[in-house]
Order: sequence, then C-alpha cells, then structure tokens
Amino acid sequence: MSEQQLFKVTIDNITIEVAPGTSILEAARKVGGAVAPPTMCYYSKLEGSGGKCRTCLVEVSKGSEKDPRPMPKLVASCRTTVMDGMEVKNITSEKVPDARAGVTEFLLLNHPLDCPVCDQAGECHLQDLGYEHGREGTRTEFPRRTFAPEDIGPYIQLHMNRCILCYRCVYTAEQLTEKREHGVLDRGDHSRISTCIQNALDNEFIGNVIDVCPVGALTDKTFRFKNRVWFTKPLEAHRNCSNPKCCGEVRLWMRGAEVFRVTARKDEWGEVATASNGTTGWICNECRFEKKETKDWVIEGPSNINRHSVIAQGHYAGTVGSAGKSEKLIDKVIGKEPLYTLDIHQVSEVNQPNVHLDRIAGPAHSDDFKQ
Amino acid sequence: MESLTNRALAVDRSPMTFAEKIYIPALLKGLSITLGHVFKKKATINYPEETRPFSPVFRGLHVLNRDEEGREKCTACGLCALACPAEAITMEAAERLPGEEHLYREEKYAAKYEINMLRCIFCGFCEEACPKDAIYMSETVMPSNYTRDYFVYKKQDMLLTDEQVKQKRLKLQKG
Repeated sequence: MSEQQLFKVTIDNITIEVAPGTSILEAARKVGGAVAPPTMCYYSKLEGSGGKCRTCLVEVSKGSEKDPRPMPKLVASCRTTVMDGMEVKNITSEKVPDARAGVTEFLLLNHPLDCPVCDQAGECHLQDLGYEHGREGTRTEFPRRTFAPEDIGPYIQLHMNRCILCYRCVYTAEQLTEKREHGVLDRGDHSRISTCIQNALDNEFIGNVIDVCPVGALTDKTFRFKNRVWFTKPLEAHRNCSNPKCCGEVRLWMRGAEVFRVTARKDEWGEVATASNGTTGWICNECRFEKKETKDWVIEGPSNINRHSVIAQGHYAGTVGSAGKSEKLIDKVIGKEPLYTLDIHQVSEVNQPNVHLDRIAGPAHSDDFKQ
Repeated sequence: MESLTNRALAVDRSPMTFAEKIYIPALLKGLSITLGHVFKKKATINYPEETRPFSPVFRGLHVLNRDEEGREKCTACGLCALACPAEAITMEAAERLPGEEHLYREEKYAAKYEINMLRCIFCGFCEEACPKDAIYMSETVMPSNYTRDYFVYKKQDMLLTDEQVKQKRLKLQKG
C-alpha cells in the first residue's frame, strides 16, 4: 500500500497514520499507553468480536477532513473505522469518563462481589475497569441475577453469575475448535453461556476460552482455589507440542518447583500474545491441562510483568522464578552456610512436602490435607 | 547552629562557693527528693495480678472470627498476606465439600492458615485488608516462649473456639 492511502487520525492530540479500515481502537492502541480505551468484549485476535460492552466509547470531535462535523453521540471505538483527518477524544474528552463510569456500573449490576473467592482476581479486566473507570459506590438495591451452577467438564469451571456476556468464548470456540458446543442461550436478563444440554467442553483448544474470558466466568478447574495468582511466579516456557496448531509457548505459574497453572502468554492489552512463529499463541488442551511438571517444559526465564500489576508483588530482584537456589550473599560474607535457628518448613503446615497441590486434578478438599 | 528549644544552658565553670564546697546542703536536697517519692503514687503496677487497660486501638494477637452461625469467615482470599509488609501470613485454600456448609461460610475456605509471629510486626494491615471481616487483632499481648516453633501460629491457634463464640453471643444478648 502506498503512503498516500494512509489515513491521518488524531487521537487525544496525537496524530498517527493508519491504513484505511483500521478501527479507532486499533489506531489508539498503536499510540499506546492511556490513550487506548479499555475493552471488555473486543479481542483483536478473534474475528467479529467487539461492539457489545461499550466500554471503549470515545468522542469523535471531527468526523473527517471532508465532513468535519462531530459525531452526535459517543461511538464504540472497536466498531468504528477511522476516516482521513478524524479527530478523536478519549482521555481528553469530558463526556467519555462519565459514560464509561455508567457502562461500568451497568456491567457491575449483576456481577457478584465475590472477588475474594474468584480465581480471576488479580488478572480480571473488570476489576481493572472498575478501579480505573468506575464509580466508587454502588447505587443498585436489587438482588443480583443468579444462575444454577453448571458443570461443563473436568477442565473448565463455569460461573455464570460472573459472566458479562462478552461472547469472546463463543467466538473462540467457533474459530479455534472443530465444533462449537456452547453458546449463549435464552434472551435478555436470562441469557447465559451454556452447553446444550449438560455437555462437557472437551474440544482441543477449548481451554483458550479461559484466557479470553475477561472476568472469572470461565476459569481453569485444575487451578481452582490452588493459590492466588499473585502468589505464583510466572515463567515463560515452551515445549515441542505434537499438535501442529499449538505453538507450545506458554506461561507457567509456579509455586516453588510446582507448576500450578499453564496459560498462554499475554500481551500488554491482556490478549493472547503473538507466538514466535507469527501465529497467535493459542495453546492446546494437552499443554494447558496435562503438562503440570517442570520436566515437561523448557523454561526460558521469568515473565515480564507490568510493575503496576498485583502479580508483580513479591518479585524481588534476582530471585524471580529462578529455578535453582539463589546465590546467598551472607555465605560470601561469613564464608560458610549460615546456621538457621528455625527451619520454617519443619514447623509450617503450609506447602508440606507430602501434599502435592499441583497433582490434584481439581480444587483441594479437606480430605486432601488429612494425610 | 541554632538550638532547637532555646532551653540549653552553658556549663557554669566558675569556682564553687563555700556553701557548695561543704556538699551537705546539696546532699540533703537530693535525699529529700528521694524521700519525697516514697509518699508519691507508684508508677508501676503488680503486673500479673493487675493489668493496665488496653487502648481501644490496641493491636495484639490475631483472632480468626466466625459468623453468627459459628462458621469460619475466612475465605483464603490472600489479601492479608498481600498487605502484610513482613510477609508473615501464608495460607492454602480448599473447596468446601457438600456437608461442610456448617463449618465454612463460603465456597472456598482456608484449609491452612499460618501467621509467623516472629515476623509479624502487629501493624494491623491484615485486619484492614480483610474483605470478609475474618481477621481481627485482639487485646492480648503476644505470650513469650523459649522455643521458636511456638511462634508459628496455625489456624486452630487463632480461630475463635465454640466456647468463645457462645460467650460473645451471651454478651451481645445482654446488650
């Protein structure tokens, strides 16, 4: 494409040139940083996603060079393509923060306040959205919508109460797996993610719905209640996966030498990152759910986590995810192993050597600790 | 340098007068101060028999609370451990089985919960962080011990006992 065909678009007073057909959101992501609107339903790696949650609303103060009138209402930036000379206001707009706070309030109307129990806490996009764009209090006085719990197989845990109906998992199943077995049933307030009827989701690649889910509606059953994400250490690792569609590049979430969880690698927008072979780094169910030992993986090193994320807590320089024993400075000073007056592992009941949480298929129960 | 309080006095190095040289008046003055303290109110108390009242914001030994039905409130969310600046708190969570509803309030509970009191600095951040009002700091000072093992407090060491819950309820009924 020649350079004349590029469209000039100004977002928050920053002008960039993008190809025609680019959405405002993608253009804003090219600018990067705080200019990029938050997204709950749009997922750049999934075709057809977006346009449902309205959190990416922006103000278009100048339609284009030829028609400089502003757009009458705020537009969903994931669904609006740029025009030449368009001027967009996101964080500089007066209307957008208010509208976004309203959208957040709507999303939270029926979202349960069970973050202390939810495994997504710490990497939940709705938590981030509520924290960054939401209002402080709640005004709703009505009971939240609830659904009967549904079992969708041994690998994936569905919490329909937490779902915000972003449809990402539906697109994932449609585009990655051979046959989509779940979808959104019923209408309006009753609409829910479900299989028809009582099916187990066990297609290859269906595990990716866990990664795309912005909230804790679809979580990893093999990691359920094992640990909080911010107490596990993320490591980048890969293996030669026999599945040709699987890139085998993953992020391991470790406690000590135990692999608690395997996920795809995420990029700065919280989406599955592009793998080294250029494809999107979706991983197969075998890599995700069955390879829970360090010997299955070639470990590349600690993951780069944004230091503002809670997951970055407790990661001290030099010890992050190091596989071996870290070099103790005191050894060098005194010239011998320091004498410990208390070995905490002899006293503590947490992380006992005979209890292997990583080898329990589902969540731990009271009988798992009675050994 | 300018003094901070303006109360500093320069040392008087002039030769002593006769009254100062015989020392007796100064000695008597000192003895009278000592004797005066015998008749004053004692600054100390006989500790084990008498105790001083705790400040209402005193931060003592941790207590894991139970709800009105005697179920454990803690859901092992890890926020206390996250807030803890001394990294004294560790826990392991488990899922509540059917039939355990009378024991644990939420679907998830702390199967193991430990506070290393050797690390704890009694800052009270855990109490502030807790979203379930499960952990409280009581008006009890940390007991001392000869061994270090003693100071790793397990969940059972901190959880309110049934007897304590009963007493709490009685106290509430009386008003």
